[in-house]
Amino acid sequence: MGWSLIRFWTLMVYLFMFLPIAVVVLLAFNANQFGSFPMTGLSLRWFDELFQNEAILRALRTSLTLGALTALISTTLGVLASLALVRYDIPFRNTISTILIAPILVPEVVLAVALLLFLQFLGIHKSFTLLLFGHVIFTLPFVILVVQARLVGIRRDVEEAAMSLGASPIQTFFTITLPLLTPAVAAGGLFAFTISFDDITGTLFWKPGGVETVPTQIFAMLRNSISPEINALGTLMILITAGLPLIGLAISRKLAMRRDRAE
Amino acid sequence: MSIEAREARQPWILLSPTLTVITLLLIVPVLFIVVYSFWLRTSVGDVQPGFYLDNWADTLTDRFYRDILLTTLRIAAITTVVCALMGYPAAYFIARAKSNKALLLLLLMLPFWISYIIRTMSWIYILGTNGALNTALQWLGITAEPIQMLYNETTVILGLVHFLLPFMVLNVYVSLDGVDETLEDAAGSLGATKWQSFLQVTLPLSLPGLAAGSLLCFVLGAGTYITPAVLGGPRDAMFANLVYEAIIIQLNWPLGAALSLLLLAVLGALVMIYNHFLGLGQLMKGLG
Repeated sequence: MGWSLIRFWTLMVYLFMFLPIAVVVLLAFNANQFGSFPMTGLSLRWFDELFQNEAILRALRTSLTLGALTALISTTLGVLASLALVRYDIPFRNTISTILIAPILVPEVVLAVALLLFLQFLGIHKSFTLLLFGHVIFTLPFVILVVQARLVGIRRDVEEAAMSLGASPIQTFFTITLPLLTPAVAAGGLFAFTISFDDITGTLFWKPGGVETVPTQIFAMLRNSISPEINALGTLMILITAGLPLIGLAISRKLAMRRDRAE
Repeated sequence: MSIEAREARQPWILLSPTLTVITLLLIVPVLFIVVYSFWLRTSVGDVQPGFYLDNWADTLTDRFYRDILLTTLRIAAITTVVCALMGYPAAYFIARAKSNKALLLLLLMLPFWISYIIRTMSWIYILGTNGALNTALQWLGITAEPIQMLYNETTVILGLVHFLLPFMVLNVYVSLDGVDETLEDAAGSLGATKWQSFLQVTLPLSLPGLAAGSLLCFVLGAGTYITPAVLGGPRDAMFANLVYEAIIIQLNWPLGAALSLLLLAVLGALVMIYNHFLGLGQLMKGLG
């Protein structure tokens, strides 16, 4: 009896998590022009209008560029720092780990205010650069956590073998370590991109007037009225931020299976 | 330079870019707003450097700010308790599931990848005047007119629970997964009922995960301004909304600095207490 009750409870919890999102996706295909119930028929017209809407396309371009640059910078920094933590016995390890994850421990609003006021004081005003700085600082700890978790599983002896055969540390890094690191780098980059692409809390503080990312564009559109375009945009966003990691997961599983077969 | 010295330097070379970035973009800015909170915004609108206590006097003594701070803490506390009550059994089910465990875990990760703003606004379609619930109620003939269900404190809490529940389930799951299942069997063989062995064996062993999940729910919940802005009414502002008002709307940056430091102090104290008793390591287990 107890177990089936827990099973039912779990089912309810999952429905609670996903039903509202399913409704957004469903309404994106609604032919009704008000973007809400009732469903009057299936239609792709809202996706069509989405790609005619210059403001939305601009927001999408901003988000994609910002996400890609954030991923590039955060992953580079994060991989280097993770290598130091996993590969070397360093003094003050705990203190350094805490500093590295500090951006998660500070509420994002506070981080947003501090960065905004400090950079304004230095003469760096609200701009794409400020957005990029902000997104880098708060994605960095997540990248470090993910990359570190992956790095622990990589064996050191292959590198030592290469070095003992006369490869320089730099050669070893590019021919041995980096290929082994690829899954960790990809996971970190994907994570940074997704977090950046989804962020709204900090972004609303840092973005200059007139520049919108997809989430702030949705936020602005919500203030006017619910339009069916929001649902289509939301659906597109879910496809990007949930689709990418799922594809990444599928690829890494396939690669792992191929490697198993090769061995 | 000797090989040892070079070896000892390498990790610092790897760490230095990140440490520099965190120092310049986080640590220095936070210290900067501490100083900045003592500056004063003049009536003309520019900021006067100096040592003025005005912003702090406002922040700490104004009833309006104190009431909103208390409301914020209350909302965060209710959200955390609801997340724990909803999330614990689900985490227990996933940890003990014989089949479909991988699928359940994958689905649990999915909300983290779905935009916070979309998850928040989705409740408008459920509870709004043209939402699913009102449509259903009218179709069934239970109500003639749509009921106003949105834009109050309950919907703010609902939105926060929806946002934070995955954090709770994941953290509890991580600690429950580490509890040896045979311990419950052992308790059972010694005469404990299922319920007793859960209460006296499994539950205490999973408390670190429950604490980590609760801390995350509370801190993230208390720091949000998007959920009340989307799902709350005009009187449901939370503390972060005040910060947003001061900085973006009123452009009173020194006051905004003082307000955000108060929020940091309150939530930081919680993180410190947690760190003292349980260590931040547990928190990272769930995130990693």
